[in-house]
Amino acid sequence: MIRGVLSHFSGRSRSVKPPPRTGELLNGNRLDTGPDSSRGVILYLEDITVSFDGFRALNELTLYIEVGELRCIIGPNGAGKTTMMDVITGKTRPDVGSAWFGQTIDLLSLTEPEIAQAGIGRKFQKPTVFEHHTVFENLELAMAGDKSVWRWLHARTSAEELEQIYQVLETIRLTARRDEPAGALSHGQKQWLEIGMLLMQDPQLLLVDEPVAGMTPQETERTAELLTSLAGRRSVIVVEHDMVFVRSIARTVTVLHEGSVLAQGSIDQVQNDPKVIDVYLGV
Amino acid sequence: MDTSIIMGALGAGRSHSRLLQAIRTDRGGRILLGVLLVTAVVVPLLNLLVPRSSVLHLSGYSVALLGKYMTYAILAMAVDLIWGYCGILSLGHGAFFALGGYAMGMYLMRQIGTRGVYGNPTLPDFMVFLNWQQLPWFWRGMNHFAIAAAMVLLVPGLLALVFGFLAFRSRVSGVYLSIITQALTYALMLAFFRNNMGFGGNNGFTDFKDILGFNLQQPGTQMALFLCTVLALGGGYLLCRYVIASRAGRVVQAVRDAENRARFLGYRVESYKLWMFVLSAVLAGIAGALYVPQIGIINPGEFSPVNSIEIVIWVAIGGRGTLYGAVIGAVLVNYAKTYFTAALPSFWLYALGALFVVVTLFLPRGVVGLLARWRPRLRRRPPAPAV
Repeated sequence: MIRGVLSHFSGRSRSVKPPPRTGELLNGNRLDTGPDSSRGVILYLEDITVSFDGFRALNELTLYIEVGELRCIIGPNGAGKTTMMDVITGKTRPDVGSAWFGQTIDLLSLTEPEIAQAGIGRKFQKPTVFEHHTVFENLELAMAGDKSVWRWLHARTSAEELEQIYQVLETIRLTARRDEPAGALSHGQKQWLEIGMLLMQDPQLLLVDEPVAGMTPQETERTAELLTSLAGRRSVIVVEHDMVFVRSIARTVTVLHEGSVLAQGSIDQVQNDPKVIDVYLGV
Repeated sequence: MDTSIIMGALGAGRSHSRLLQAIRTDRGGRILLGVLLVTAVVVPLLNLLVPRSSVLHLSGYSVALLGKYMTYAILAMAVDLIWGYCGILSLGHGAFFALGGYAMGMYLMRQIGTRGVYGNPTLPDFMVFLNWQQLPWFWRGMNHFAIAAAMVLLVPGLLALVFGFLAFRSRVSGVYLSIITQALTYALMLAFFRNNMGFGGNNGFTDFKDILGFNLQQPGTQMALFLCTVLALGGGYLLCRYVIASRAGRVVQAVRDAENRARFLGYRVESYKLWMFVLSAVLAGIAGALYVPQIGIINPGEFSPVNSIEIVIWVAIGGRGTLYGAVIGAVLVNYAKTYFTAALPSFWLYALGALFVVVTLFLPRGVVGLLARWRPRLRRRPPAPAV
């Protein structure tokens, strides 16, 4: 409860880190059960500082993401958006601070694949799909589960797995192009396919980096619908420059500046905030 | 249409039905298996039943030649499996072929017994000649066919396992891997040239008499060996097709196209590559073991780096990433080689080089791609990207 309340004022407030439940600290146990988000918060980032050769990419960043939330992160270049994503996915280790996925999973103690396994999926800016595989096969490849050679030599796609693939195909609106090579898709469709591949891993938290870069207006609109429909069941963090797009999807916007939170609130609040206008929007 | 696909995927509960499914969409493979079946019926008829005087009679020489092409076809298929589908350009597959051949050769040498020049019941002639008193440890048991056959599979397989493990674990790929495989086969060639290795030095093994008690000079034995080769080619094709059509096969192709992406999805890329490499090496070893009794000789020349490069040319000419293309390439190029080395001996290497250049420039998908131009349905997917 406290944490839920805190998240609304997270830009400034300091809070105690969630108490680790000692009984569940063993590695395997934690990952299997997924994040414990019973307090309504899926991601806790507290006092995170990352320096590269003296340059502070993140400066005591504190941020909370609620369960089912769709959060947009904006900020000028060098504000620390990508570094923040890197910290969450285990690519970069912070010098100071803590990062928790739910109540019990300490992200800073896990490797990249373990974090992915625990339920955090990330979509990079440049879409990478398997161009020679069909759309269907791309989704099948991305499916969660044991991926050893011997199992996959004999594995068949079960009814539930097929169901899941068809659901995702429906969600990303590529059902009709299911059997076409992914290389034949448009740029926007590749982006959706990649979001679909993320969904196949059934993550609790999705990190999406500049999803509409290079998209046509129709594709942008469709992506907004897609991301909005994903929120609710999952938490989604979107990093984006396109303010029109941000306005069309965001309920809460966080503005990063020089490695920490400058402002947070609805898009109108943020856009009218003089500090924000000063550093970013007022240009 | 949705339901038919779902039903198809669900109904095929066992592996053989998946193989059937894979073959159903694999037109080139069906043609290949059909041709093999016809060959397996027609060749024995023409060789054994048609009288020698007839024009239609197929000589024992021709049968051995066809058998040789078939073993090369298996070898080419093994290379295509890892090059075309896995993106691993091995320029050392001749080594696995030769090792399989040497394992079979050791068995055949032990079968000679007292019929050798020196009449020694256990030691092959070359060991007597070297004044050796007893059989080296690695020759023990090789007089049993079962043990020799196991070695045909194990030796290339284990070498590929160790070599692949080290190479893939260190993430050696692309040109660097190709160069190391060349070094591998070259090193083995130098080793096998040495007399004190115990493999007959530069003469290798020859003058074989029996296999499983049957005289190798008999047309019946020749024919049985030929049919075994046809069977191995057909069986090898089905095995490769099964692997490629499995989910693991799709993962392997994903690794070929975007290795890091596949790793990011949680696949242990190294082990996928490794097992494909081992499978391919074992197939090459089987091809070598079938080659030796039909040709009657094995020597270190088989390890020559040039041989391994030639295999890749067969695959490129036939059409990479199709399996049957490798078979077509191996047979076509070797038929041309037989013809040219007899008719215009000095011309052959130029012809091979020119062929390779022409295919690379004008037929990136090889002969199969040329055929597919007339029959657009032959290939469903875009061509594999260049390495």
